[in-house]
This record gives sequence, C-alpha cells and structure tokens, in this order.
Amino acid sequence: MSQDIFVVVEHLRGQVADISYVMLAAARELSKGIGGNVVAVLLGHKAEGLAGSPSAGSPVPAALAQAGQCLAADQVLYLDHPALADFTSDAYQKALAGLISEKQPRAVLFGNTSIGADVASGLSIKLGLPLVSSCRSFSADGKFVSQICGGKIMAEGDLPSPTALVTMVPGGYKPEAGQSAQAPALTRLEVAGLDALRVSLTKYIEPEAGDVDISKEPLLIAVGRGIQQQDNIQLAEDLAQAMGGVVCGSRPVIDQGWLATSRLVGKSGKHVKPKVYLALGISGAPEHAEAITDSDMIIAINTDPKAPIFDIAKYGTETDLFDLIDPLIEKVKAAKG
Amino acid sequence: MNIVVLVKLVPDLVEELNIDPSGAALDMSWLRLIINEFDDHASEEAILLKERGGGQVTAVAPEYEGVDEVLFTAAARGADRLIKITGDFVAANNHALARACASVIEGLQPDLVLTGVQANNDLDGPVGPTLAECLGMPYVGYVSGVTVNDGKVTARKEYPGGLIAEMEVTLPAVLGIQAAEQPPRYVAVSKVRMVMKTATIEERAADALDASGGPAVGRMFQPEAAAHAEMITGSPDEVADKLVSIFKEVGVL
Amino acid sequence: MPERVDFWGIPYTWGSPAIYVYTLMFLAAAILLVRFYLRARLWWQVGRPEVRWDKLHVRIGRFIQYAIIQTKVLGQRYPGIMHVCIAWAFFMFFLGTALATIDSHFYKILVGYPFLLQKLVMDTFTVVFFIGAGLAVYRRFIQKPRRLTLSPGFTFSLVMIILIVLGGLLTESLRLAVEKPAWAWWSPVGWLVAKIWIATRASAATLTAWHLGVWIAHLLIVVATLITLPVGTLLHVLTGPLNQFFSKLDRPTGRLARMPENAKGEPIYASTLRGLTWKQLLDGDACTECGRCQDACPAFAAGTPLNPKQLILGVRDALRADGRALLVKDAKAPLLVGEKVKDEALWSCTTCGACVRECPVLIEHVDAIVDMRRYLVIEGRMDTELQTALENFGRYGNSFGQSERMRARWTQPIQPAIKDARREPVEYLWFVGDYASYSPTLTDVTRMTAEVFQKIGLDFGILYDAERNAGNDVRRIGEEGLFEMLAEKNAAALSKSKYQKIVTTDPHSYNTLKNEYPADGNGSRPVLHYTELLDQLICSGQLKFSKKLGLKVTYHDPCYLGRYNGVYDAPRRIIRATGCELVEMPRHGERAFCCGAGGGRIWIAEGEIQERPSESRIREAVKLDGVNTFIVACPKDVSMFRDAVKTTSNEEHIVVKDLIELVHAAL
Repeated sequence: MSQDIFVVVEHLRGQVADISYVMLAAARELSKGIGGNVVAVLLGHKAEGLAGSPSAGSPVPAALAQAGQCLAADQVLYLDHPALADFTSDAYQKALAGLISEKQPRAVLFGNTSIGADVASGLSIKLGLPLVSSCRSFSADGKFVSQICGGKIMAEGDLPSPTALVTMVPGGYKPEAGQSAQAPALTRLEVAGLDALRVSLTKYIEPEAGDVDISKEPLLIAVGRGIQQQDNIQLAEDLAQAMGGVVCGSRPVIDQGWLATSRLVGKSGKHVKPKVYLALGISGAPEHAEAITDSDMIIAINTDPKAPIFDIAKYGTETDLFDLIDPLIEKVKAAKG
Repeated sequence: MNIVVLVKLVPDLVEELNIDPSGAALDMSWLRLIINEFDDHASEEAILLKERGGGQVTAVAPEYEGVDEVLFTAAARGADRLIKITGDFVAANNHALARACASVIEGLQPDLVLTGVQANNDLDGPVGPTLAECLGMPYVGYVSGVTVNDGKVTARKEYPGGLIAEMEVTLPAVLGIQAAEQPPRYVAVSKVRMVMKTATIEERAADALDASGGPAVGRMFQPEAAAHAEMITGSPDEVADKLVSIFKEVGVL
Repeated sequence: MPERVDFWGIPYTWGSPAIYVYTLMFLAAAILLVRFYLRARLWWQVGRPEVRWDKLHVRIGRFIQYAIIQTKVLGQRYPGIMHVCIAWAFFMFFLGTALATIDSHFYKILVGYPFLLQKLVMDTFTVVFFIGAGLAVYRRFIQKPRRLTLSPGFTFSLVMIILIVLGGLLTESLRLAVEKPAWAWWSPVGWLVAKIWIATRASAATLTAWHLGVWIAHLLIVVATLITLPVGTLLHVLTGPLNQFFSKLDRPTGRLARMPENAKGEPIYASTLRGLTWKQLLDGDACTECGRCQDACPAFAAGTPLNPKQLILGVRDALRADGRALLVKDAKAPLLVGEKVKDEALWSCTTCGACVRECPVLIEHVDAIVDMRRYLVIEGRMDTELQTALENFGRYGNSFGQSERMRARWTQPIQPAIKDARREPVEYLWFVGDYASYSPTLTDVTRMTAEVFQKIGLDFGILYDAERNAGNDVRRIGEEGLFEMLAEKNAAALSKSKYQKIVTTDPHSYNTLKNEYPADGNGSRPVLHYTELLDQLICSGQLKFSKKLGLKVTYHDPCYLGRYNGVYDAPRRIIRATGCELVEMPRHGERAFCCGAGGGRIWIAEGEIQERPSESRIREAVKLDGVNTFIVACPKDVSMFRDAVKTTSNEEHIVVKDLIELVHAAL
C-alpha cells in the first residue's frame, strides 16, 4: 500500500499520446494534494525509449529529451513482453492486474480512450477496486472532478479507497505540464502469465489519405449537426474557398458520409490547432471540444445560446448560420479585393 | 450465432438537466430517458450480423421508465427475444447494472454480447467492459465493424486520427460498439405497435443491486464556464462585418 | 321527299348487305369486348377491392362533365379545342349512325326536315372533325411538345380515325355526285366534294363503283379500328370515361385513404400490383399519355427523378407485363416499388396535387404515391435526414428535435400573456404549428400574428406545450402509425380544451385538422385558416384597416389552402382591403406552382436538381411589372421563398412577406 499515483502511459505505433502527458500533469497535481510519487507505467516491447530513457541503440531518447517530451514522472515502471508490443485489451489488462495487486498504489490513472477505457473497468471488477471515469481534473484537496452528460454536469467526490482507478479525459491540464526535458529513472519488470490471450492484433488499417491534413491547417471551417443537410455543406465549402481555409466536421457529419473521415475533428478523429477554428452549428460536446482546445481562436456560430462550445470559444454569435453565411462570404470576398 | 444486446436508457440531453435536492445526483423527475445512442448502434449491428450469418438476437434491458417501447422497437428491427431485468435501476451505477445483468446473460449462453461503448451518464466506467469481466469474457471497445469467422470475431477497433486496428477475439466475447456498419434503420411506429401485440417481454428479477466499485459523489453541479465567448449581436450583415474585422486582426484575412 | 336510303349503291347480289355489315360489326364488337375484358379483368382480379359505385347520380354527372363536355380537357386552349373537335364530332357521328339504324329497322324518322337537319349536322361536324384532326397533325408532327409521347401507336390511331371520317365524306360525296338531289346543299361539304367527282365526267356506273370501293374500305377500317381499340391508344375512349365515372367521391381531396387491411387485420402495403386497388390499376390504363401532369409537376420541373406521367405508365406497364401471371391466386407478385417505380421518384413528390388537378381523365397520382411510400416507410427505405425528422416527430412532436417545452418560447415577450386554451375557455383555439413555433426566422411573423389577433380583440388561446405537429406531412410521407400517434395526442389536448373554433396559420395543419382528424374528437367544430377568419371579420366590420398600403403585390396560393381546400378568394380580398394592388402570376389559383417543401420534401436531401421550384416561382413573380412584394400565407412558404430570393439574387427586386405582415401594417 503506497500513496503513489500510477499513470498508464498510452502509446500507439511508437508515439506517446497526448493524454499520457495530460495524466502525468494531473497526477502531479493530485500528488500535491495527497502526497506520493508520480509513477509512469509503460507497457510494451523494446519501448523504453518512449519514456525518454536511454535504451541500447535507440535514438529516440535523445530526440525526446531535446524536444522536452520525456515523461514527467518520478519513476517509470516498464513492463516488457512481446505480447505487449501493441495494445490489446486482454494482454494489457492481465499485465496491469499483476502490477496493481502487487504494488497497491493509491491511484491508477488511465486515459478515457480506446486504450484506457478498454481495461480500467475490467480491472475494477477483477481486483475489486473502485473506478471513477471521465475525470477532468483533481481539486487541491485531492477530490476528483468528472464530467458527464455531454459536459453539462460535473460530479465531484473524494478519491475512493484503497486504490482508485481513474479514467481521464483531456481538457483539465495542458500536455506540456506532463512533459520534461529530463528522462525519468526507468525500472524494467518482467511480465509473466501472458499466455492464452483471447484478443490479438491482426493488423492496422491506415486512414484514407485525405487530400488535406487538417491538423496542419491554419484556418478551419467546421460543420456540425447544425448544417442539417448534406447539400448545405457546399455553403461551408464556399466560405472556405473564399477565405482560403479547409472544411472539416464533427462526428455526426462524418458518420452520415457528408465529409471524408480524414476531415473528422474529435476524440476519434484529428486533434487540430489552427489559428482560427470557425465552428458552424457545432454544439461543442466534450469529444469534439477536446480536439480543438489547442486552437488559437475558436469562433462559434450556433443558435443555441447554451451550447457548450461558447464556453471554449473566444467569440460567438447566435445568428442562424444560414442567414450569416452568404453576407459573410460576400464581405470576405470584398475584403480580399 | 447467439447474440445478446444490452441496452441502457440515458437522460435526453435536449432537455434541461437539474441537480436534485441532495446536491449529489441528477434530478430524475424532469428527465426524459431515451435509448443510449451507442446501444442503438449495438442493436443495429446485432441485427446486421443476424441478417448476414443467421442466429438469434436477444435484447436485454434494465427496467427504466419507457424501456418497454425500446425493447419492442428492437423486436420490430428483428430481435427474437426480449428480456427486461426488473429492479430499481434509477440510481444504479454500471457496476450494479453489470452484476445484475451478468447472471441473466450468462444463462442465455451467448456467443457474442454487444453493447454501446459508452453512455452519457457513465461515472464508473462504461457497462461493457464491466460486464465482460463479470462474465469472464474478453472485451474490445470502440468497435465499428464486426466479422464473424467460426469461433472468433474480427473487430475493427477505432483509434484517433481515423486509424483502425483489426483485433481477433475468441468467443464468447463482449464488444463495445462505437458505430454500427450502417446507421440504425428506421422503425415505423405502426411496426412497433404491431410488434407490441405479438411479442412478449420476459421479465427476470435482478438480485440485490451491488453498486460497490463506483465512486461516491460528494456533489454534482453545472459547470460555470471558466470563460464565455464574447457574443456578437446584430443583423447578419453587422455580424458578418465584425467577423471579417476579427479575421483581419488575427491575420487570416 | 328527301329521305334516307338504306345501303344506297350497294349491290344485293350476294344477299342483303345488312347481313355482311351486321355480321362484321357484331364480330368486331365481340372481339372488342373480349379484348377489353381481358385487359379490364386484370384490374379487379389483381388489384384489391374498393367501393366506387356509390352515389350513381353524382358519378353520372361527372361522366357528363368530364367525358362528354370534357371540361378538364378544355382547360388548355389549343389541345382542348383540338380534342373536343375530334371527340364531339365522333359523338355526333355515333348519334347519326344510331339514328340511321333506328331509321332502318324500327321507325322511319329520317324523312323530310329531320333528315335534312341530320345531314347538315353531320356535315358540319365533319368540318369540325377535320379542324381538330388538322390541329392534331400540326401538334404531333410540327409542334411536337415535349410532354407528348410521339410513338407510332398514336400516329396509327390518328390515321385510322381520319380515314374513317374521310371514308364517310367520300361515300356521301360520291352518292351525291350520282344522285344530284335537289336538297344537296343540306350536305354542303359533301356536295362541294361531289362537284369534284362531277367535274371528272365519270359515268354514274363508275362513280357507283368507286362508292362501293370506298364504302367497303370504310367498313373494314371501322372494323380494324374497333378490334385494335383495346390494345391501342384509343383505349382511353373506354377507360377514360370509366376512370372519370369511378373517380374519388367518398372523401375530400385533402383526406388520404386509411391504411388498408386484409381479412386477418394485417396491413396491406402497395409493394406490388396486388397492393394497389383496382381503381389504381385502371388509372394506369386510363392514362392518355397527354403529359399535362408532367408539365404541371414542380418536382419534374426541378429535374428530380419524378415524372408523374411515367409513374402512372409504370403501373400500366407492370400490369401489362406481370398481370396475366398474377391471375393465379397465390402467384408471387414481383416487386413494383423499386423496380418499375423507383424509390427516388416516389420521394421526390411534394404532394402539391397539380397533377391530379390537371388530369383530364381524373387519375389520382398522389394517392398512389402515398400508398407506395407507406411501403417504403415500413421497410425503412428513406434517406437519413428524413429518418431523423421522423424520429424527432416521434420523440419530441416536432421536426426540429427540440423539447416540447420550447414550443411556446416565442410567446415570452407578448403582453398580455396569451391565454392557455387548456385552462380557460376561448372562442378561437389557435393551432400555431411547428414552423411558426420553433423556427427562429419565423418567430417575428408569429409574434406579429399574435399582436394582430390581440389588436382586433379576438378571444383566442393556444395549446402551449400540449400542441404537437398536426401530422399532415407525416401522413403524406407515409408514416401512418406516427400520424395516428400525433393525432391522438393533439385530439386528447383538444378534447380537454373548451373552444368554439380552431384557427390556424399553417395550411398543412389546416388541411389535416379539417379533413383528417376525427370529427368526434373535435365535436365537429369548424377549422379556419387565418385568412378565412380575417376575411369574415372584414366582412362583418369587426376588422377595419386604418391605412391604405398602396403596394403592388402578387399572391402565392399555398397548395394546401388553395388546391386542396379551395380557399382562393379570402386572402385576395384581404390584400385588396389593405389597399394593395394585386397582380396575378401566370400560374395562380388552382394552377399555383408549389414551393417544393410539401410531402416531406423539406426534410429530404435535395439531390441533383436543375432549378428549385421556389426559385422558378420567384423568377415568375419578378417578371411582373412593378411588383415588389411576394405575399404568402404559409410559414414554410416564407422560409422557402426567402431563401429563393437570396439564391436567385433578387433581394433588390422583391421581398417576401406573410399576409399577416400586410394586415399588421394596415391596422
């Protein structure tokens, strides 16, 4: 039993996901409230480099240290096994179960993602440990603050005992706060018992190479459910063309097939950081909001004054996008001369 | 292929959400409960698998207000059996729900259990992986495509950026569905009404609900926005003018 | 004494010509009837039953109006005159032949002046016929309008009837040329042609021989025409009047038929020919391929996959191809919907009723389309936007997906507060409608309406949250179950309220409340559109205008107010009463051109279209000299036309206003 706070690092094909750094920052804040060390848990195969720690022949650590992207943890527990090379729910869950029951930390942070959410609940039942999900931040006195109901409701409570399993959503902390230029000390642990696995990875399928990489575009015109009909997407295209921007969309628009998957902005799509993100008819649900908070400026157009997007936007208007778009296109064209 | 779909009802976010007098839970009295969108997809995916490869689909739902219509709609789509788990689920968390459903679902001896990957009121993790562990089955979540190949399924798992991972899973297994392979089909009101006359909902009583494993909520509140957008008002022309000047300021125009 | 001679110039060498004539004619008639029966029996043996032989006196009246006098055909000038010239001429020839038969065998009536009169009339109508035929030839071969089917079958029919009449004229003229009777000028045309024969100086024997030849040819051509009638384009001579006779009587235009059920109480869907009624199958065979429906259809004009003429002909072709096989009782019927009739065509219809209004043989296109849509709905074959709209209707009672509690949010600034009709008795219950309540662009117009009602001292109230979409368009989409659910909820709210009349600002709600809601749920209280109400108040003096607006305006008749319910004059009187000058668009009144939003189209993806109906309409209005205001009386029209003004870049030329805005300004 310790006061340590474990952070399960998420990585995919050699890249550490931003959520891992967010969790490290969260863990640091939590440790201020309840004490304990921040321990990064890294599972993989020949993946020490992802922590920023030196490993035989791996060029990665130097690059990470230079970029200031080492894991900002007091310590890294690195579990190595061929079956952990890529994430699969069965192997990761089994490996973590062994580790958690042995070390009994005060809290284990997972991402509320396709990786973390797949294993956290199972561990809760298997080990009989309490689970809090959708946690956004920790308060100064170590309480969890979670968001539910599309971000409309916050729930706060004491961190459950003895070991709290927590899945985290981004937004509460900046990834930079979880990064450091200093590689943490790494302890390698062998993992046993990863046989008779019921889930195995067959292959990865790359997303269709879109004509544009929206995560690199400086000006994005985003459409959401409020665009109502496929034919109206043309309005956004017209505006994008007039302004020299690119059209992207939230999940409902892509699910309908109105825009290519390469244009999806959201939790399961791309995270974007444009100079200007013009959101047309987007409510700003958490899965979308988390992918755009790094934008320099968000401008939101939505007829619902209570839409959560207005909480993260710099400017907003309740004017109906269908009334606004044509005058806007005209004036943009006039301004460009 | 014996498929079970677990369906949950969640608050409709179109309505205003209020906190109840205790300050630590949602006020359920004004809420409209609707089917969890992801469970709707799971139900559609189950029917698609049945249409493709034969088998039977059983829809299971805990007792909430309005659950009968949800179950009948599943039957109208093609579900063969409907089971309602009775008990007081109003304040139940997913740990309690998973445990309550586990014994019933186990008894059905499913090859595959499908449920939505998450629900908007999850506070103790989604019910899918929780249920999977109760059943001792493997779990893969964020699934947007399922192919059955004798004794195993290939699940297409979604990662950010549009990346897909194909996972091979031994059966029986639980899958958390992100999206069905086609949008949930429309079920005409008259079809549901017709099904109501012919289909029956079997009831199974839940054992006492065991909510341990979920967090204790100290308080619930509506977030005050740390900041709020500066709102631009006026006629569309005036708003457009202001936007253009903002664009110029920022340097995109 | 002038009198008719039986079989003049026909030799009796092989017995009385009567034997040959009657034998041939009876045979021809028998073949005609047998062939017709083989066609017709498919209607009732394949199609499902429907009672259409009630109120015989009304049906006979329709027959006289539409089949004899042909008022609908005359609705268009050129083809109208063309057709009645041909048709009435043949009616007259038929009468003439009947008189001749009576004269031959029963009572010698064709003697003296009656005989001469008959001659004159027949000759006159020969001229009338040739005028019609000439117009027809010009139309088919020179003008060639797109909407006509220019196939050889039609040419064959036209040639045959021309030859028949020509044969009659020639035999008459040849006889006159030989007889040279004193009363010859009573057959002026025949006599003029006779003069040509006389001028050839051919002998009487020669002329008689020619006469015999033409007479035999005439007889054989008549026989050929009769035996090919049931399989050629002249079939409409029989099926047209039948279709008019059996046209819809039991319900007003604005009411759709209920969902049909079989003996086991299961619903019957129009997925195959068996699912259509015998009358709907007759519709297919009655179609003359005139194409008037096609010309009137806004969906067709926009370039959507719908062509009402081809839709009906699709039913006909399916019956021709598959009908025989379906005579076997349990034979599996091939799918009609999705095959000969495409999903996209069915979903393109706005249910405006222009096709039904135009059809000279009274085909009921809209009913068939809705019946087939009911099948598409039950199969879930619709695009996702329509599905979302229907799901929203089911869950929230409106298509916007907003909570019922938001329905009356527009009333907040209104002082004094509008009465809640559920709680206090009111004289007029104002059924506001979805678009007026929820659409942000229409809130101003709705508030203005409330102000007007208050200013004129109307005792009115609304249902607030209890109101649901009235269901008119839901029904036309084919979702009967959802319509019933919405109607039940509205009827429950209405029955709990105390009111004397319902007034609504939305013609779609008006149509269904008036025609389709059960009378018992409503106590049969009158339903008024606000234009009818204001018109009544103007007439009674309760509503007076203090200003004359002096605008030059045009008025667009909403489909569900005008064509479906006949309210054309009330809005026009109101416009004039506000001191505006009304200039009519070419397509006005019954011929008004739909905005394109009805039949669920406003919730269906537009797809590839050439020109939106609303844009075509605005262009039509802009052509009117000096007209700068486009008046509508339906909330969907306001949305559709305001958009169209923008997309056609006509903001400088014309502005769209609801009629209530005129009233508000003139008060």
